[in-house]
Amino acid sequence: MFVFTIRRILQTIPVLLGVTILVFLMMHLVPGDAAQIIAGEAASQQTIEQIRERLGLNDPLPMQYFNFLLNALQGDLGTSIQSGQEVTEEVFSRFWVTLELAFYSMILSVFIGLIAGIISAVRHYTLTDALTMIIALFGLSMPNFWLGLMLMQWFAIELKIFPVSGWGSPEQIVLPVIALGTAGAAIIARMTRSSMLEVISQDYIRTARAKGVKERYVIYKHALKNALIPVVTVIGLEFGTLLTGAVLTETVFSINGLGRYIVESIQARDFPAVQGSVLVVAVIFIIVNLLVDISYRFLNKRIDLN
Amino acid sequence: MSQNENVLEISDLRTSFFIEGDEIKAVDGVTINVPKGKTVGVVGESGSGKSITSLSIMRLIQHPGEIVEGSISMNGEDLLSKSERQMQQLRGNQISMIFQEPMTSLNPVYTVGEQISEVYRIHQGLSKKEALTKSVEMLELVGIPSPKERIKQYPHELSGGMRQRVMIAIALACNPELLIADEPTTALDVTIQAQILELIKKLQSQLGMSVFLITHDLGVVAETCDYVAVMYAGKIVEYADVHSLFRSPKHPYTVGLMQSLPRHDIDQEELNVIEGNVPKPGNMPDGCRFAPRCPFASDICEKRLPDLDELENGNKVRCWIYSDEWDGKAEVNVVDDYKTAGNQ
Repeated sequence: MFVFTIRRILQTIPVLLGVTILVFLMMHLVPGDAAQIIAGEAASQQTIEQIRERLGLNDPLPMQYFNFLLNALQGDLGTSIQSGQEVTEEVFSRFWVTLELAFYSMILSVFIGLIAGIISAVRHYTLTDALTMIIALFGLSMPNFWLGLMLMQWFAIELKIFPVSGWGSPEQIVLPVIALGTAGAAIIARMTRSSMLEVISQDYIRTARAKGVKERYVIYKHALKNALIPVVTVIGLEFGTLLTGAVLTETVFSINGLGRYIVESIQARDFPAVQGSVLVVAVIFIIVNLLVDISYRFLNKRIDLN
Repeated sequence: MSQNENVLEISDLRTSFFIEGDEIKAVDGVTINVPKGKTVGVVGESGSGKSITSLSIMRLIQHPGEIVEGSISMNGEDLLSKSERQMQQLRGNQISMIFQEPMTSLNPVYTVGEQISEVYRIHQGLSKKEALTKSVEMLELVGIPSPKERIKQYPHELSGGMRQRVMIAIALACNPELLIADEPTTALDVTIQAQILELIKKLQSQLGMSVFLITHDLGVVAETCDYVAVMYAGKIVEYADVHSLFRSPKHPYTVGLMQSLPRHDIDQEELNVIEGNVPKPGNMPDGCRFAPRCPFASDICEKRLPDLDELENGNKVRCWIYSDEWDGKAEVNVVDDYKTAGNQ
């Protein structure tokens, strides 16, 4: 187990390197001269040249990458062009909001998704099952920004139960979390249902029943642990989707999170800010996948890494 | 044989599957008893209803299947009127079952020890530690070397034969009165098969339990059973003690089964087969179900279903040949005439 974990962690290093290269190249390959943007339309050729020199844009590309990597490793992601602040600081101050939003949405998705999926599977081909799956299909089909707007319309403007926008107080959290978590709940519910159905027809479930195990334990002890294996993968992937989905939800509810920060930075061609925040999101995604793989190993002892 | 010597009595059992409004009778009027301490074998081709009979005893028939009528009683107690809860207390405790597929019958995410312990914890209320100690003893009993290490292993770390031993350990943990073994050796190598059968026989005499053995292998029957029921298309066609069955089989189907075994004593060009297939459950013949494949079939066989009649020696057979109403060839010797009858 320990060796497995260490090996799995070491495996993320090449992936991380790949990510930094992509992020770096992405910003250097898009059209538009960063120095020109910083200097403004009216700047003289000389000013632009000075800025180029200061930012190291005249260095060869591998050199620039190496400097970027070295600084990133030390937690320095450069300075934002727009605000003149440290990108690292800006990204992290916003990142916590997004992480909170994603985390609560994740909890909602997993909780509702698992329960709905299990109920659906245990009562498969009944009315309960059909209704749950129809609701899940709706949940899956609604774009989260639209759902956000609808929730806002009903609960904030007409019923006035929750505030329209913002982030921080418990009331402010409810609507964005529902808007963002619904699709995930639907995906997890459908995955759990199909996975449970498959497991319930396995021979070892019959064995459990033949041992005299109570039906409740047959489901929650013998079936669920097996059925969770594919569901955990989906949950991990879902976290990535949540981080990106947060961009829209944050925009709809005017939440000052990382998603909105990325969008604003792209619009302003603030390349150190974009570079920094994309890198952070990518790293988070890799870490989540790492955790998924490790938890996999806890669920399924047959998985061996080689 | 008096009534109370039977551990299990099944009478007129009918288990059907309801698919799109049609009733498909997988088990159709089966009556069979298992005497105390004895082994009763049920033989038949795939689809003859053997496994469904055994799952009916356990009351483990899943939707859309259902026990429609008949009775199953154990030590005089009616199993069909028991609540699900009462059945849970019996399963794995007084009646146990082992299955055909040792590779997939153990839960892959729990250790062998956890899976055996569970039985002790459910039925005897033992603590985790006590249950594990008992599990080690049980593994030793079923002949698994170094059981203390084995209980920490997961099923995928064991071979098929080992897993079937673990299944037997689980089944016998609570010293059941009745063991239902559904083709316990079919998926195993021949050498392992012999070991597993030997083990079941040994434990049967040690623990004094009765065994309900389902198989399609007549060799296994000859080796382990005291009584044999031959099933065909959901019905029992012959019931006999094992010696009579092999010495003088009565039903043409039984004869057909025996003659399709490869023989070592004579030089065979090719193996004998029973022509045709088992009738589809939705499309049962009106008369004897074996009639379309039977070399002796006459008019009455195609019109009316024969009863399971008792013979002079107490054995039973479901065939018109042995009744007064038989309208075919006067003197029939089912064994000697089997091969030639069909060609006439």
